[in-house]
Amino acid sequence: MEHIVIIGNGISGITAARHIRKLSDKKITVISNENAYFFSRTALMYVYMGHMKFEHTQPYENWFWKKNRIELLTAYVERVDTENKKLILQNLQEINFDKLIIATGSNPNKFGWPGQDLKGVQGLYSKQDLEMLEANAPNNEVCKRAVIVGGGLIGIEMAEMLRSRDIPVTFLVREDSFWNIVLPKGESQMINEHIREHHIDLQLNTNLETIVSDEHGRVKAVTTDKGETIACNVVGLTAGVSPNINFLKDSGISLGKGVKVNQYLETNIADIYAIGDCAEQHQPKGNRRPVEAVWYTGRMMGEALAQTICGRKTPYNPGHWFNSAKFLDIEYQTYGWVFPEAVKKEYEEHFHWRHPKEKICITIAFHKESRQFLGINTLGIRMRHEIVDRWLTQKRSVESVLEYLKDANFDPEFYSQYEKDIVAHYNNIFGTNINPKKKSWKRIFSKA
Amino acid sequence: MKTIKHIGLVLFLVGLGIFSLLPLTGSFTLSADNLATVAENQNIRSEVFVQELERKVVGKTFNGLSTFSPTVIKALEDANTQHRKDKEYNKIMYVSPHDMVANLAKVSGEGFLVNNKVLMWFLTFGLGIIGALLFILPDAILLGKKGIKNNGIYHSNSTSRGWIAWLVFVYLITFYLLLYFRPEYAVNWTYTVDPISQWLSGNPAGHWFVYGFMYTTVMTVMAARMYIKYRHNAYQMVRTTSVLFFQIVFAFLIPEIMVRLQMPYYDFKNAFPLDYDFFFQWNLRSLLNSGGIGLFILVWGIVLTLIIVPVMVYFFGKRWYCSWVCGCGGLAETLGDPYRQHSSKSLFSWKVERWLVHGVLVFAVGMTLMTLYSFFTESGTVLGIRTQSVQNTYSLLIGAFFAGVIGTGFYPIFGNRVWCRFGCPLAAYLGFVQRFKSRFRITTNGGQCISCGNCSVYCEQGIDVRAYAQKGENIIRSSCVGCGICSAVCPRGVLKLENGPLKGRINPTDVLLGNDVDLMELMNKKS
Ligand SMILES: Cc1cc2nc3c(=O)[nH]c(=O)nc-3n(C[C@H](O)[C@H](O)[C@H](O)COP(=O)(O)OP(=O)(O)OC[C@H]3O[C@@H](n4cnc5c(N)ncnc54)[C@H](O)[C@@H]3O)c2cc1C
Ligand code: SF4
Ligand code: SF4
Repeated sequence: MEHIVIIGNGISGITAARHIRKLSDKKITVISNENAYFFSRTALMYVYMGHMKFEHTQPYENWFWKKNRIELLTAYVERVDTENKKLILQNLQEINFDKLIIATGSNPNKFGWPGQDLKGVQGLYSKQDLEMLEANAPNNEVCKRAVIVGGGLIGIEMAEMLRSRDIPVTFLVREDSFWNIVLPKGESQMINEHIREHHIDLQLNTNLETIVSDEHGRVKAVTTDKGETIACNVVGLTAGVSPNINFLKDSGISLGKGVKVNQYLETNIADIYAIGDCAEQHQPKGNRRPVEAVWYTGRMMGEALAQTICGRKTPYNPGHWFNSAKFLDIEYQTYGWVFPEAVKKEYEEHFHWRHPKEKICITIAFHKESRQFLGINTLGIRMRHEIVDRWLTQKRSVESVLEYLKDANFDPEFYSQYEKDIVAHYNNIFGTNINPKKKSWKRIFSKA
Repeated sequence: MKTIKHIGLVLFLVGLGIFSLLPLTGSFTLSADNLATVAENQNIRSEVFVQELERKVVGKTFNGLSTFSPTVIKALEDANTQHRKDKEYNKIMYVSPHDMVANLAKVSGEGFLVNNKVLMWFLTFGLGIIGALLFILPDAILLGKKGIKNNGIYHSNSTSRGWIAWLVFVYLITFYLLLYFRPEYAVNWTYTVDPISQWLSGNPAGHWFVYGFMYTTVMTVMAARMYIKYRHNAYQMVRTTSVLFFQIVFAFLIPEIMVRLQMPYYDFKNAFPLDYDFFFQWNLRSLLNSGGIGLFILVWGIVLTLIIVPVMVYFFGKRWYCSWVCGCGGLAETLGDPYRQHSSKSLFSWKVERWLVHGVLVFAVGMTLMTLYSFFTESGTVLGIRTQSVQNTYSLLIGAFFAGVIGTGFYPIFGNRVWCRFGCPLAAYLGFVQRFKSRFRITTNGGQCISCGNCSVYCEQGIDVRAYAQKGENIIRSSCVGCGICSAVCPRGVLKLENGPLKGRINPTDVLLGNDVDLMELMNKKS
């Protein structure tokens, strides 16, 4: 029986394993050094905040793996011997494979800051990081202030976590507005306000210079490029992640930023594949990036690769881009491409609407000339994925999108709906006369 | 603000403390007149019993009920034995001895409590209400910006099965056991709400009035907590208002007022088979003897169960009843909300659930068929089984233990919907309709789920919502009561409760939205 070995039991590795099991009878072994069972990394924050226990982050009950004959091995893979098709574990045990899937995820970035390895300085990626944070910042007596470095999604999550225990937080962000390498101005601005509403000391345009140690090798302060020294007990390094591939050096597998793969997720060596955060596409599709470190893409790669491994060669061919996040209390969804001002395409135009009082706004990107709908960002409004995805495929015009906007609203029942205001605002700016149509189940369910 | 909360907590605990001590206090003296009145009202024909009470009880002052209660019970049992021996069957008293004690005690109480009912109401209920509100209301400011506020639920002793939770568990169970099986100890509580009961129905309060009043009060106060906690979520606000309205008006006020108007006591929203004794002989007789209104209730009760309930479930799902109208649901959604995360999500619990809840439904329907058969044929047995014993068993096991003691007592440890999930026959019936013929579903939003598990943790019905959401499948489960919390807590906007066409409601998916279409076709071809 063919033996499929998967390094990494995150979403990508586990999705591959599950789908291979669905499609075949092959022997499957999944190795991870982090936790015996698959858990949802995205839920780590909720454990610290007391919304759930760690066991709740595990989507499958423990008997699931045995029942589905997916063998789990808790170990660290030290080296891959591509020639003899075997793995060497830390305890020197060896494991033979017929096919190998590398799904080892990411590591938090460290940019060589002085003091970055002091006690109390940490990222937030793994279960171990969560445990470390629990030890470093159990409450606001032990941790009188925390400084978070890097204004991305994990940074704001970490800030929210610490605030849930009333720990004062300073948030150092390199850009002049939160996450404006991704969010257009209006949205980024609104999030700046929201961060400050939550009593987080947001310092924009500010870089970390050094992390200062006390006599026990523990952080006691940071200094910034603004010349400020901020006393603190914890430093959160959240300046992005990069593929976790160090152990593959010298294995003969071709590496760039991540493990280089083609659209079939194959590496340069036969029978070795890479998926998820650690994979780097030679030729990403459309506007996509070579390394996509998000949950959904890891899952899709796992789905596609399982097909290939089970004899139905299938490219990783993701559809329209989508993503979502939550900034403290504000939910964010994005579909298609809405670029921030700095990298906006010259043909891309934006329509932005913001609620006069509530923290709610939307941005629609469209083609200046053809008026083709390119993408939508919403903050504080939920959108129906299927509908927006269909509109993107149909290359609808922005006007048509606005006209049928109610079909795409996914907010819970009885919520105030803002399509009228949004469309009125659009009409106002562009001198159009669009009338929003009532929501129609027929349209929603028509598969076209 | 924190100080206000602390003061509130202290006041609440003082009120609760006084309330809890009341059953042990007071003095009771039964007068000959009062005994005669009770004997008449209760239709007591046993002169042996009355004489025994006259000798042992009348005119004597008892401190607390610890000797009063056994004395009366012994007299009653001795009298019954005597009558059985003498074959004087018409003199046997079938009333539960403890109810008899409660009836006698009610007219015998004296002293401070009985003379200061309003003051004592204030020192128990009043302090409890004020304290609880002082504890709850500051959260409107303390919780900060509106949004999901589940911080610290698993750090707090009371909401994570710590000793406080266990204490509440024991307290609630004791309270229910007392209420159902030792009603005489509730007599002192009844005095505190006598003025309210008099005002509403014109009668002094019995222990079920205390319970009804408490239930409604607790729901109202805890609804304030819901309003604050979920103030960003319109669905929760509307739903809470609805369930509170039905409790106050339909479950509490209307039945009392009906009694005042010489009509039968009836809760118009309480549908059979949850209202399991609707077809019991005594109820049917009482309805048939109550003229027009009795007949109306009879017809309404039948139409409610056979037509209104399923039709409404078809259009809106069982949520219209379970989390918008029902009293059990109402308490679960208010008092029980802090405990919703404790429902077990394991596959094993799901199996147990299906056996139990459908078992109870079969039990309830079987019992009712027996009852109706007995009613129309006027025979006491069906196939050799005594209808009365079956009814008694159901009342005890399901009515008292499952719905009451377990149903609410288990909140702090096993979650707030133990009864609704494992026991309620009406829920089982609604569940069938919801599962097989309803426009209701929880739509999963394409491929947006990140498997974080918030939805599953906070589903009070123990549904592993994530298991569906992460596969892109809609959630169509007979047990879902449509509380909408899974949708509220989802950080990615994945879930939406909605009513739509039947077509496309169930959407099994092998590959999620977001991956290329060819792949989907491939998968579809395969299956
Ligand atoms: C706090 C946080 C929040 C996030 N929130 C979101 C979100 O909201 N939405 C979103 O789209 N994405 C989010 N992400 C990103 C998302 O979690 C990742 O993209 C995804 O988990 C990557 O999955 P993966 O399977 O590629 O790798 P991982 O989940 O990283 O799994 C890799 C596993 O392999 C193990 N491993 C690595 N090397 C070895 C070795 N040599 N031997 C043995 N085992 C090894 C690792 O220990 C790890 O367990 C978040 C990430 C974090 C850290
Ligand atoms: S599935 Fe959602 S709506 Fe249904 S009972 Fe559970 S939490 Fe409530
Ligand atoms: S809460 Fe939302 S994102 Fe999290 S598992 Fe449930 S559906 Fe998925």
